[in-house]
Amino acid sequence: MNPPDLISILILGGIGLVAIGAVGMAVSRHLLRLVLALAIAEAGANLLLVLAGYRWDAVAPILAGAGATQPMVDPVPQALVLTAIVIGVGVQALAVALLIRVKEAYGTLDIRELKTLVEHEICGAAGIAPPESANAPGTRQPYPVPAASRESA
Amino acid sequence: MPKHASILFATRMTTLLIGLAAQLPLGMTPMGVGQAILERAPSETGSANIVTSVVLAYRGIDTLGELAILFAAATVAGLVLAPSIHAGNEAKARPRDDAGLVLRAGSDLLFPLLLSVGFYIVLHGHLTPGGGFQGGVVLAAAFFVSFLARPARQPSHVGIVLIEALAGAAFIGIGLAALFGGGAFLQPVLDKGTLGQLVSAGSLPLLYLAVGLKVGAELSGLLAHLAE
Repeated sequence: MNPPDLISILILGGIGLVAIGAVGMAVSRHLLRLVLALAIAEAGANLLLVLAGYRWDAVAPILAGAGATQPMVDPVPQALVLTAIVIGVGVQALAVALLIRVKEAYGTLDIRELKTLVEHEICGAAGIAPPESANAPGTRQPYPVPAASRESA
Repeated sequence: MPKHASILFATRMTTLLIGLAAQLPLGMTPMGVGQAILERAPSETGSANIVTSVVLAYRGIDTLGELAILFAAATVAGLVLAPSIHAGNEAKARPRDDAGLVLRAGSDLLFPLLLSVGFYIVLHGHLTPGGGFQGGVVLAAAFFVSFLARPARQPSHVGIVLIEALAGAAFIGIGLAALFGGGAFLQPVLDKGTLGQLVSAGSLPLLYLAVGLKVGAELSGLLAHLAE
Protein backbone atom coordinates (compact mmCIF):
# COMPACT_ATOMS: atom_id res chain seq x y z
CA MET A 1 0.00 0.00 0.00
CA ASN A 2 1.19 3.49 -0.82
CA PRO A 3 2.16 5.83 2.00
CA PRO A 4 -0.77 8.10 2.87
CA ASP A 5 -0.65 11.15 0.64
CA LEU A 6 -2.00 14.61 1.42
CA ILE A 7 -5.34 14.34 -0.27
CA SER A 8 -6.34 11.03 1.32
CA ILE A 9 -5.53 12.54 4.71
CA LEU A 10 -7.73 15.55 3.86
CA ILE A 11 -10.56 13.32 2.59
CA LEU A 12 -10.36 11.13 5.67
CA GLY A 13 -10.37 14.28 7.81
CA GLY A 14 -13.53 15.52 6.10
CA ILE A 15 -15.24 12.16 6.50
CA GLY A 16 -14.05 12.04 10.10
CA LEU A 17 -15.57 15.46 10.83
CA VAL A 18 -18.90 14.31 9.34
CA ALA A 19 -18.73 11.13 11.45
CA ILE A 20 -17.89 13.05 14.64
CA GLY A 21 -20.82 15.36 13.97
CA ALA A 22 -23.20 12.46 13.29
CA VAL A 23 -22.16 10.61 16.46
CA GLY A 24 -22.39 13.85 18.44
CA MET A 25 -25.91 14.48 17.18
CA ALA A 26 -26.83 10.88 18.05
CA VAL A 27 -25.49 10.73 21.59
CA SER A 28 -25.71 14.30 22.92
CA ARG A 29 -28.54 15.05 25.32
CA HIS A 30 -27.77 18.76 25.55
CA LEU A 31 -29.33 20.89 22.83
CA LEU A 32 -26.37 23.28 22.47
CA ARG A 33 -24.03 20.31 21.95
CA LEU A 34 -26.41 19.10 19.28
CA VAL A 35 -26.07 22.42 17.44
CA LEU A 36 -22.27 22.26 17.79
CA ALA A 37 -22.26 18.70 16.41
CA LEU A 38 -24.30 19.94 13.46
CA ALA A 39 -21.71 22.69 12.87
CA ILE A 40 -18.86 20.12 12.94
CA ALA A 41 -20.66 17.85 10.48
CA GLU A 42 -21.26 20.85 8.23
CA ALA A 43 -17.56 21.77 8.30
CA GLY A 44 -16.71 18.23 7.21
CA ALA A 45 -19.25 18.35 4.40
CA ASN A 46 -17.86 21.68 3.18
CA LEU A 47 -14.32 20.29 3.25
CA LEU A 48 -15.42 17.28 1.19
CA LEU A 49 -17.15 19.59 -1.32
CA VAL A 50 -14.06 21.74 -1.81
CA LEU A 51 -11.91 18.62 -2.18
CA ALA A 52 -14.26 17.40 -4.90
CA GLY A 53 -12.94 20.17 -7.16
CA TYR A 54 -9.28 19.82 -6.20
CA ARG A 55 -6.58 19.05 -8.74
CA TRP A 56 -2.96 18.24 -8.10
CA ASP A 57 -1.48 20.34 -10.84
CA ALA A 58 -3.65 23.43 -10.47
CA VAL A 59 -3.69 26.80 -8.74
CA ALA A 60 -6.51 28.85 -7.22
CA PRO A 61 -9.00 30.10 -9.85
CA ILE A 62 -7.82 33.70 -9.81
CA LEU A 63 -6.10 35.23 -12.80
CA ALA A 64 -2.90 36.93 -11.76
CA GLY A 65 -1.06 39.13 -14.21
CA ALA A 66 -1.23 38.64 -17.93
CA GLY A 67 -3.37 35.56 -18.23
CA ALA A 68 -3.88 31.91 -17.52
CA THR A 69 -0.71 29.92 -17.93
CA GLN A 70 -1.29 27.28 -15.29
CA PRO A 71 -4.35 25.04 -15.01
CA MET A 72 -6.76 26.05 -12.27
CA VAL A 73 -8.97 24.12 -9.89
CA ASP A 74 -12.70 23.81 -10.48
CA PRO A 75 -14.39 27.06 -9.35
CA VAL A 76 -17.92 25.65 -9.13
CA PRO A 77 -17.52 23.67 -5.86
CA GLN A 78 -15.86 26.70 -4.26
CA ALA A 79 -18.83 28.90 -5.14
CA LEU A 80 -21.19 26.22 -3.81
CA VAL A 81 -19.30 26.02 -0.52
CA LEU A 82 -19.45 29.81 -0.20
CA THR A 83 -23.23 29.49 -0.35
CA ALA A 84 -23.23 26.55 2.07
CA ILE A 85 -21.14 28.39 4.67
CA VAL A 86 -23.42 31.43 4.63
CA ILE A 87 -26.55 29.30 4.95
CA GLY A 88 -24.89 27.35 7.77
CA VAL A 89 -24.32 30.62 9.66
CA GLY A 90 -28.01 31.47 9.25
CA VAL A 91 -29.12 28.04 10.47
CA GLN A 92 -26.85 28.17 13.52
CA ALA A 93 -27.90 31.69 14.46
CA LEU A 94 -31.56 30.69 14.23
CA ALA A 95 -30.94 27.53 16.30
CA VAL A 96 -29.10 29.45 19.00
CA ALA A 97 -31.88 32.07 19.10
CA LEU A 98 -34.43 29.30 19.64
CA LEU A 99 -32.23 27.72 22.34
CA ILE A 100 -32.10 31.03 24.23
CA ARG A 101 -35.90 31.07 24.27
CA VAL A 102 -36.10 27.41 25.36
CA LYS A 103 -33.67 28.07 28.21
CA GLU A 104 -35.73 31.08 29.30
CA ALA A 105 -39.00 29.14 29.20
CA TYR A 106 -37.95 25.84 30.79
CA GLY A 107 -34.65 26.54 32.53
CA THR A 108 -32.94 23.54 31.00
CA LEU A 109 -31.53 22.38 27.67
CA ASP A 110 -31.45 18.65 28.48
CA ILE A 111 -33.58 16.79 25.95
CA ARG A 112 -35.05 14.27 28.42
CA GLU A 113 -35.97 16.87 31.03
CA LEU A 114 -37.44 19.05 28.29
CA LYS A 115 -39.52 16.12 27.00
CA THR A 116 -41.08 15.56 30.43
CA LEU A 117 -41.68 19.27 30.99
CA VAL A 118 -43.28 19.77 27.59
CA GLU A 119 -45.47 16.66 27.96
CA HIS A 120 -46.70 17.84 31.35
CA GLU A 121 -47.41 21.28 29.95
CA ILE A 122 -49.37 19.93 26.98
CA CYS A 123 -51.36 17.52 29.16
CA GLY A 124 -52.03 20.26 31.70
CA ALA A 125 -53.35 22.55 28.97
CA ALA A 126 -55.55 19.75 27.62
CA GLY A 127 -56.78 18.83 31.10
CA ILE A 128 -55.71 15.19 31.04
CA ALA A 129 -53.33 13.22 33.22
CA PRO A 130 -49.72 13.15 32.03
CA PRO A 131 -48.82 9.92 30.25
CA GLU A 132 -46.92 7.33 32.22
CA SER A 133 -43.94 5.57 30.80
CA ALA A 134 -44.79 2.33 29.06
CA ASN A 135 -41.88 0.74 30.91
CA ALA A 136 -43.02 1.79 34.38
CA PRO A 137 -44.24 -1.11 36.54
CA GLY A 138 -47.99 -1.66 36.65
CA THR A 139 -48.82 0.17 33.40
CA ARG A 140 -50.75 -1.35 30.55
CA GLN A 141 -48.37 -2.43 27.84
CA PRO A 142 -48.97 -0.73 24.47
CA TYR A 143 -48.11 -3.79 22.41
CA PRO A 144 -50.71 -6.49 21.60
CA VAL A 145 -51.69 -8.65 24.55
CA PRO A 146 -50.88 -12.36 24.11
CA ALA A 147 -53.82 -14.63 23.27
CA ALA A 148 -53.76 -16.51 26.58
CA SER A 149 -54.25 -13.43 28.75
CA ARG A 150 -56.90 -12.05 26.38
CA GLU A 151 -59.06 -15.15 26.90
CA SER A 152 -58.87 -14.87 30.67
CA ALA A 153 -59.83 -11.19 30.55
CA MET B 1 -31.77 1.28 22.27
CA PRO B 2 -32.19 4.20 19.86
CA LYS B 3 -28.74 5.53 20.79
CA HIS B 4 -27.05 2.32 19.68
CA ALA B 5 -29.02 2.43 16.46
CA SER B 6 -27.86 5.99 15.73
CA ILE B 7 -24.23 5.13 16.44
CA LEU B 8 -24.57 2.15 14.12
CA PHE B 9 -26.04 4.49 11.50
CA ALA B 10 -23.11 6.91 11.90
CA THR B 11 -20.55 4.10 11.54
CA ARG B 12 -22.26 2.70 8.46
CA MET B 13 -22.46 6.16 6.89
CA THR B 14 -18.74 6.70 7.51
CA THR B 15 -17.95 3.36 5.89
CA LEU B 16 -20.14 4.29 2.94
CA LEU B 17 -18.42 7.68 2.53
CA ILE B 18 -14.95 6.12 2.72
CA GLY B 19 -16.02 3.49 0.19
CA LEU B 20 -17.29 6.18 -2.16
CA ALA B 21 -14.17 8.32 -1.71
CA ALA B 22 -11.90 5.34 -2.44
CA GLN B 23 -13.43 4.97 -5.90
CA LEU B 24 -13.06 8.62 -6.92
CA PRO B 25 -10.14 9.79 -9.04
CA LEU B 26 -8.85 12.10 -6.32
CA GLY B 27 -6.70 15.03 -7.25
CA MET B 28 -7.41 14.61 -10.96
CA THR B 29 -11.08 15.45 -10.91
CA PRO B 30 -12.64 15.62 -14.36
CA MET B 31 -14.02 19.12 -14.86
CA GLY B 32 -16.96 19.46 -17.23
CA VAL B 33 -18.64 22.71 -16.34
CA GLY B 34 -15.60 24.01 -14.52
CA GLN B 35 -13.30 23.84 -17.54
CA ALA B 36 -15.79 25.69 -19.73
CA ILE B 37 -16.24 28.38 -17.08
CA LEU B 38 -12.48 28.77 -16.66
CA GLU B 39 -12.08 29.31 -20.39
CA ARG B 40 -14.99 31.68 -20.87
CA ALA B 41 -15.28 33.60 -17.59
CA PRO B 42 -12.44 36.15 -17.99
CA SER B 43 -13.70 37.36 -21.37
CA GLU B 44 -17.39 37.18 -20.49
CA THR B 45 -17.38 38.90 -17.09
CA GLY B 46 -14.01 40.65 -16.93
CA SER B 47 -13.44 39.44 -13.38
CA ALA B 48 -10.01 38.15 -12.39
CA ASN B 49 -11.50 36.05 -9.58
CA ILE B 50 -13.37 33.28 -11.34
CA VAL B 51 -15.20 32.19 -8.19
CA THR B 52 -16.71 35.68 -8.10
CA SER B 53 -17.89 35.40 -11.68
CA VAL B 54 -19.50 32.03 -10.83
CA VAL B 55 -21.18 33.41 -7.71
CA LEU B 56 -22.44 36.67 -9.17
CA ALA B 57 -22.76 36.13 -12.91
CA TYR B 58 -23.33 32.46 -13.72
CA ARG B 59 -25.21 31.70 -10.50
CA GLY B 60 -26.52 35.18 -9.69
CA ILE B 61 -30.06 34.04 -8.97
CA ASP B 62 -28.72 31.45 -6.52
CA THR B 63 -26.92 34.24 -4.69
CA LEU B 64 -30.16 36.19 -4.54
CA GLY B 65 -31.83 33.11 -3.00
CA GLU B 66 -28.94 32.79 -0.56
CA LEU B 67 -29.42 36.40 0.51
CA ALA B 68 -33.13 35.66 0.95
CA ILE B 69 -32.31 32.70 3.22
CA LEU B 70 -29.94 34.82 5.30
CA PHE B 71 -32.58 37.55 5.48
CA ALA B 72 -35.22 35.03 6.61
CA ALA B 73 -32.90 33.59 9.27
CA ALA B 74 -32.03 37.06 10.61
CA THR B 75 -35.68 38.15 10.62
CA VAL B 76 -36.92 35.01 12.38
CA ALA B 77 -34.12 35.19 14.95
CA GLY B 78 -35.09 38.80 15.64
CA LEU B 79 -38.73 37.76 15.92
CA VAL B 80 -37.92 34.90 18.32
CA LEU B 81 -35.65 37.07 20.45
CA ALA B 82 -37.86 40.16 20.45
CA PRO B 83 -38.51 41.16 24.07
CA SER B 84 -41.96 40.05 25.15
CA ILE B 85 -44.39 42.47 26.81
CA HIS B 86 -43.63 41.19 30.30
CA ALA B 87 -39.87 40.95 29.96
CA GLY B 88 -39.53 44.31 28.20
CA ASN B 89 -39.64 46.46 31.33
CA GLU B 90 -37.11 44.34 33.18
CA ALA B 91 -34.66 44.43 30.33
CA LYS B 92 -34.84 48.21 30.12
CA ALA B 93 -34.49 48.62 33.88
CA ARG B 94 -31.33 46.53 34.03
CA PRO B 95 -28.34 48.86 33.78
CA ARG B 96 -25.68 47.93 31.24
CA ASP B 97 -22.19 48.75 32.39
CA ASP B 98 -19.45 49.62 29.97
CA ALA B 99 -16.64 47.14 29.60
CA GLY B 100 -13.21 47.89 31.06
CA LEU B 101 -10.73 50.44 29.79
CA VAL B 102 -8.69 47.89 27.85
CA LEU B 103 -11.65 46.61 25.88
CA ARG B 104 -12.99 50.12 25.19
CA ALA B 105 -9.62 51.45 23.99
CA GLY B 106 -9.04 48.29 21.97
CA SER B 107 -12.42 48.55 20.29
CA ASP B 108 -11.84 52.23 19.44
CA LEU B 109 -8.56 51.22 17.85
CA LEU B 110 -10.00 48.21 16.03
CA PHE B 111 -13.17 49.82 14.70
CA PRO B 112 -11.64 51.91 11.85
CA LEU B 113 -9.17 49.12 11.00
CA LEU B 114 -11.92 46.51 10.76
CA LEU B 115 -14.07 48.87 8.70
CA SER B 116 -11.30 49.56 6.19
CA VAL B 117 -10.31 45.88 5.97
CA GLY B 118 -13.96 44.94 5.50
CA PHE B 119 -14.54 47.45 2.71
CA TYR B 120 -11.21 46.46 1.10
CA ILE B 121 -12.27 42.80 1.01
CA VAL B 122 -15.71 43.73 -0.34
CA LEU B 123 -14.44 46.04 -3.08
CA HIS B 124 -11.61 43.74 -4.21
CA GLY B 125 -13.90 40.72 -4.43
CA HIS B 126 -13.50 40.53 -8.20
CA LEU B 127 -9.68 40.67 -8.03
CA THR B 128 -8.50 38.80 -4.95
CA PRO B 129 -9.86 36.06 -2.70
CA GLY B 130 -12.75 37.46 -0.74
CA GLY B 131 -15.89 39.30 -1.65
CA GLY B 132 -19.18 40.51 -0.28
CA PHE B 133 -19.89 37.66 2.12
CA GLN B 134 -16.44 37.54 3.67
CA GLY B 135 -16.06 41.32 3.86
CA GLY B 136 -19.59 41.67 5.20
CA VAL B 137 -18.71 39.42 8.13
CA VAL B 138 -15.68 41.62 8.90
CA LEU B 139 -17.91 44.72 8.78
CA ALA B 140 -20.36 43.05 11.17
CA ALA B 141 -17.45 42.20 13.48
CA ALA B 142 -16.41 45.88 13.52
CA PHE B 143 -19.82 46.95 14.79
CA PHE B 144 -20.10 44.04 17.19
CA VAL B 145 -16.75 44.77 18.86
CA SER B 146 -17.85 48.33 19.62
CA PHE B 147 -21.19 46.98 20.82
CA LEU B 148 -19.44 44.59 23.22
CA ALA B 149 -17.25 47.37 24.59
CA ARG B 150 -20.17 49.78 25.12
CA PRO B 151 -23.38 47.80 25.60
CA ALA B 152 -25.28 50.94 26.55
CA ARG B 153 -24.70 52.55 23.16
CA GLN B 154 -26.62 50.20 20.94
CA PRO B 155 -26.59 50.36 17.18
CA SER B 156 -29.92 51.69 16.00
CA HIS B 157 -32.14 48.94 14.70
CA VAL B 158 -33.83 51.31 12.28
CA GLY B 159 -30.52 52.19 10.66
CA ILE B 160 -29.53 48.53 10.35
CA VAL B 161 -32.85 47.61 8.76
CA LEU B 162 -32.59 50.60 6.40
CA ILE B 163 -29.09 49.65 5.19
CA GLU B 164 -30.18 46.04 4.78
CA ALA B 165 -33.30 46.94 2.81
CA LEU B 166 -31.49 49.43 0.56
CA ALA B 167 -28.68 46.96 -0.17
CA GLY B 168 -31.15 44.21 -1.01
CA ALA B 169 -33.10 46.60 -3.23
CA ALA B 170 -29.86 47.64 -4.96
CA PHE B 171 -28.99 44.00 -5.72
CA ILE B 172 -32.40 43.39 -7.28
CA GLY B 173 -32.29 46.80 -8.98
CA ILE B 174 -29.00 45.97 -10.75
CA GLY B 175 -30.55 42.69 -11.84
CA LEU B 176 -33.64 44.47 -13.17
CA ALA B 177 -31.49 47.06 -14.94
CA ALA B 178 -29.80 44.22 -16.83
CA LEU B 179 -33.22 42.79 -17.62
CA PHE B 180 -34.54 46.06 -19.03
CA GLY B 181 -31.27 46.68 -20.85
CA GLY B 182 -32.09 43.75 -23.09
CA GLY B 183 -30.25 40.98 -21.26
CA ALA B 184 -31.25 38.36 -18.71
CA PHE B 185 -31.96 39.01 -15.03
CA LEU B 186 -28.69 39.69 -13.15
CA GLN B 187 -26.65 39.45 -16.34
CA PRO B 188 -23.44 41.49 -15.90
CA VAL B 189 -23.85 44.95 -17.39
CA LEU B 190 -21.63 48.04 -17.71
CA ASP B 191 -18.17 48.24 -19.21
CA LYS B 192 -15.91 45.28 -18.42
CA GLY B 193 -12.77 47.41 -18.31
CA THR B 194 -9.27 45.98 -18.09
CA LEU B 195 -8.83 42.63 -16.40
CA GLY B 196 -7.22 43.10 -12.99
CA GLN B 197 -8.06 46.78 -12.52
CA LEU B 198 -10.07 47.91 -9.49
CA VAL B 199 -12.73 49.49 -11.71
CA SER B 200 -13.47 46.57 -13.98
CA ALA B 201 -15.81 43.61 -14.36
CA GLY B 202 -18.85 45.81 -14.97
CA SER B 203 -21.58 45.50 -12.38
CA LEU B 204 -19.98 42.69 -10.34
CA PRO B 205 -18.23 44.98 -7.78
CA LEU B 206 -21.48 46.90 -7.33
CA LEU B 207 -23.35 43.64 -6.71
CA TYR B 208 -20.69 42.54 -4.23
CA LEU B 209 -20.88 45.92 -2.47
CA ALA B 210 -24.64 45.43 -2.06
CA VAL B 211 -24.05 41.87 -0.80
CA GLY B 212 -21.39 43.07 1.65
CA LEU B 213 -23.56 45.83 3.11
CA LYS B 214 -26.53 43.50 3.38
CA VAL B 215 -24.55 40.68 5.05
CA GLY B 216 -22.85 43.13 7.40
CA ALA B 217 -26.13 44.76 8.43
CA GLU B 218 -27.88 41.42 8.87
CA LEU B 219 -25.13 39.83 10.94
CA SER B 220 -24.61 42.86 13.17
CA GLY B 221 -28.36 43.03 13.78
CA LEU B 222 -28.40 39.31 14.53
CA LEU B 223 -25.45 39.55 16.93
CA ALA B 224 -26.99 42.56 18.67
CA HIS B 225 -30.21 40.56 19.12
CA LEU B 226 -28.30 37.59 20.50
CA ALA B 227 -26.32 39.77 22.90
CA GLU B 228 -29.41 41.42 24.34
